[in-house]
Amino acid sequence: MDWTIWVEWIVKGFVLCLILLTGFAYLTLYERRALARMQVRVGPNRAGYQGLLQPIADAVKLIFKEELTPTKVYKVVFLLAPVLTVVPSLILAAVIPLGTSFNFFGREITLYIANLNVGVLYLTSIASIAVYGITLAGWSSNNKYAMLGGIRASAQMISYELSLGLCFAIAIVMGNSMNLVDIVNAQTGMWFVVIQPVGALIFLIVTLAEVNRAPFDMPEAEQELTAGFHAEYSGMKFALFFMAEYQKMIVISMIAATLFFGGYREFWFLKDTIFSVDRYWFLAPIYLLLKVVVLLFFMIWVRATWPRIRYDRLMAFGWKVLLPLSLATVFITAAGILLAQELNNQLYIYSIPVLSIVSAMVAVGLIYRSLRRKSDGRI
Amino acid sequence: MTSELIVFLVLSLAAVAAAFGMVSSRNAVYSALFLVLNFVTVAIFYLLLGAPFIAMSQITVYAGAIMVLFLFVIMLLGAEALAPTNVLPWQRPLAFSLAVVLLIESAYLLISRAQTNALISAPDITVNSMDNLRDMAMTLFHQFLLPFEVTSILLLVAMVGAIVLTKREKAGQK
Repeated sequence: MDWTIWVEWIVKGFVLCLILLTGFAYLTLYERRALARMQVRVGPNRAGYQGLLQPIADAVKLIFKEELTPTKVYKVVFLLAPVLTVVPSLILAAVIPLGTSFNFFGREITLYIANLNVGVLYLTSIASIAVYGITLAGWSSNNKYAMLGGIRASAQMISYELSLGLCFAIAIVMGNSMNLVDIVNAQTGMWFVVIQPVGALIFLIVTLAEVNRAPFDMPEAEQELTAGFHAEYSGMKFALFFMAEYQKMIVISMIAATLFFGGYREFWFLKDTIFSVDRYWFLAPIYLLLKVVVLLFFMIWVRATWPRIRYDRLMAFGWKVLLPLSLATVFITAAGILLAQELNNQLYIYSIPVLSIVSAMVAVGLIYRSLRRKSDGRI
Repeated sequence: MTSELIVFLVLSLAAVAAAFGMVSSRNAVYSALFLVLNFVTVAIFYLLLGAPFIAMSQITVYAGAIMVLFLFVIMLLGAEALAPTNVLPWQRPLAFSLAVVLLIESAYLLISRAQTNALISAPDITVNSMDNLRDMAMTLFHQFLLPFEVTSILLLVAMVGAIVLTKREKAGQK
């Protein structure tokens, strides 16, 4: 094999890791500033201009903190758990296309590390491995609170993974491929969020649960479990969990952008203008970055707005609402595309958004009814 | 070819070591983790054979979903520490003798096959294209649609049965 290809892979992997690590550092600042803004505070603005050096100050603080390993922990697993949490969050990004390709001294450099035929399956398999880190952290700490947090996390992530898989299926059906590059290219004419808005919404909700963000942050609910699964972790080991959470936020926003919001493509109505990715390759990563920033803002906004959901309601919501709804949307999507293909009439595509929005409204109505009935019966 | 051979040797060593660790570990959680490692190495074997779909499914279904449930149950029951005494004293000698029989049997087969010079070759990738998902899906959902549906109904029945068995009667609680 040509040695230059090895150099290319190594450089690309290194650059991607750097992007994710820097992104993590500045996402913390972004979140704190945005939260402060929503709560009419100022937020960190002392270190550097507008607090731009704050992440570096935090990193220095975390490095110099004392690292405790409690005596009764299961040591090997205790050390392994943070690693098992960080690594999946990093390698998930390997299949996400950041752009098309450019010419570097006569060499075609593509803006993705791996162009897998089974890219979407790769995402599900790595996401399912990511559950281990948190579960094992909870168990190995040998602490009741940590254990409860770990068990809550694993139950929640397994339950929501089903709907996540079905959302992937929606994108696969619409893109007619499991290859993420093909899925992005299929969105040149129209983003999938326009055709399947309910699927995109379910995906966003489920990803919040998968990365244990508010309002689904029961695994680390401070008021009940002190800090949940990472109660016994301190110093850099805690920093690794912290890092994994924020990297997962970034990566999962990238996945959401890729599957439903056109990936690195421009708006569909700009496809023949000078803003097109086909015209200038360097626009692609910029578009993806903008989409990721908007999606991250959505996550922060949700955290600032909504209180935590009670745990039994969280599970009921996952199993009784999101799962049937996502099954229905998969069916509607597949049926609509099949009708359009068989009858050779593209108008049938537009039955997909209409029918799926109707089914989402039915779901909301059913939730409303069951909540009202419960409150009538008890109080 | 040599690099593939090195990868294969390292992986098979890892797989055997993980399997041994799984059996010999006294802690059920460690056993489960060794089993996960074993599943992952098997998935990489599939990748080496040019079957990425099966490799990814292996990781998702076995290493991801099923083993997480195993761990979950082990943790919930607090069954991670095994009792030091043997519950069944005749179990260990029996297992050892059966393992020896299996070892002799496979060694005999290996040697006898090696003498007949019949090489076992990998299935033809171009014909049996696991890489080509479309072909596989066509085969699965057209030619084998009925077995597929029957299997899914079987799983559904098992699931409903588990729920029915574990669910207590509402009237009995009151």
